[in-house]
Amino acid sequence: MDGFLTLAAANLGSPLILSFALGLLAALGRSDLVFPEAAAKALSIYLLFAIGLKGGVSVADHGIDLRLGAAIMLGIVLSAVLPLIAFKLLGVMTKLDRTNAAAVAAHYGSISIVTFVAGTSVLESAGIASDGFMVAVAAAMEAPAILSALWLISRGGGEQRMDADLWREILLNGSIVLLIGAFVIGMIVGADGLAEVSSFFVSPFKGALCLFLLDMGLVAGRGLRRSRDVLTPGLLAFGCLMPLIGALVAGGGGALIGLPTGSLFLIMVLGASASYIAVPAAMRVAVPEADPGIYLTLSLGITFPLNLTLGLPIYLALARGIGGG
Amino acid sequence: MQTHKAKQVAITIEAPMERRLRAALEEAGVTGYSILPVIGGSGRSGAWSAAGQVGLAGGMVQVVCIIRPERLDGLLDAAFAVVERHIGVVTVTDCDVLRAELF
Repeated sequence: MDGFLTLAAANLGSPLILSFALGLLAALGRSDLVFPEAAAKALSIYLLFAIGLKGGVSVADHGIDLRLGAAIMLGIVLSAVLPLIAFKLLGVMTKLDRTNAAAVAAHYGSISIVTFVAGTSVLESAGIASDGFMVAVAAAMEAPAILSALWLISRGGGEQRMDADLWREILLNGSIVLLIGAFVIGMIVGADGLAEVSSFFVSPFKGALCLFLLDMGLVAGRGLRRSRDVLTPGLLAFGCLMPLIGALVAGGGGALIGLPTGSLFLIMVLGASASYIAVPAAMRVAVPEADPGIYLTLSLGITFPLNLTLGLPIYLALARGIGGG
Repeated sequence: MQTHKAKQVAITIEAPMERRLRAALEEAGVTGYSILPVIGGSGRSGAWSAAGQVGLAGGMVQVVCIIRPERLDGLLDAAFAVVERHIGVVTVTDCDVLRAELF
């Protein structure tokens, strides 16, 4: 327990979380602080490229082993299965109709790459190594959840629009292209190549992440302020409970394939996190009847802050408990 | 100065649908249009703002085109097929243009 409290205190007092808290409080207090849209997009490109590059370099250094394939398979299975669990849970805890429940469930099978990036920072601070290929696992977990949600909707007789164009948009969305592209570049250039650009992609990384989390705090706070009417007690409870369930299921799967502590923690973070970029865009196209006010508020306003503040230390304590270290 | 009657169609639609709308318009023979960013607003799903957003999902765009009156129905049919199930607004306004051959 002491270990967890120390971790939680260190996490809550970190520049990353304090930056997020500043944004959240500023938005809740109706400050006129605004992060320009273009700056937010530029920062997200920087962070995705940097994290992909570092992951690829790590794989180039340590080589590819069987765990990579097993971890990617686990990621795909988790992304497909977690929406089914979320859907059942929503049926018990809320009065959402089938379409909205399936749309929300899709978000909880897919991932938040910012939570993943924050998780890697927590690992760095704790001095725990992780497998570089976890970046590829994150990319693999973006899309299967969307399929599961569409299956849930069509099984109930609901209408959904899924075509080749949407498939291309999902599979080649900017985050996936950047993550995988930078990962491959990292694998090709290795440590020597990274050394050439480390003054840009390594040293300023945490500072850039602070600014990005400040923006995410602003966006989350604004979303929360505007969507108070949407959040029923049941939805609120779901947004708090589902991440823990996702983390435990992912942790169980990770332990089964023998992931070491750092990677186990990251797969738990991925299982716990909820998408707010790729899946919402896909849902707007495929299931326009679903209310974005519900799924965006839940994933960005409830689950994202919860994971960032309390979730990360909880998952790290659990990963340490399961994997040692 | 000589002016010519035309119709201005403004379609405010969710950003993820923009590419599909453009494709439908072009298929219907509408090759001239402008796309404007929408910085925020409020609707059935509550208020929203583009500020600080990274993804497309929470955003809207406006596609504006000016066409000859006789082509209006074809454009509206094409636009309706795309926006029918989606959040958005389609407005048609009478307008006058200076050069009949350039729109």
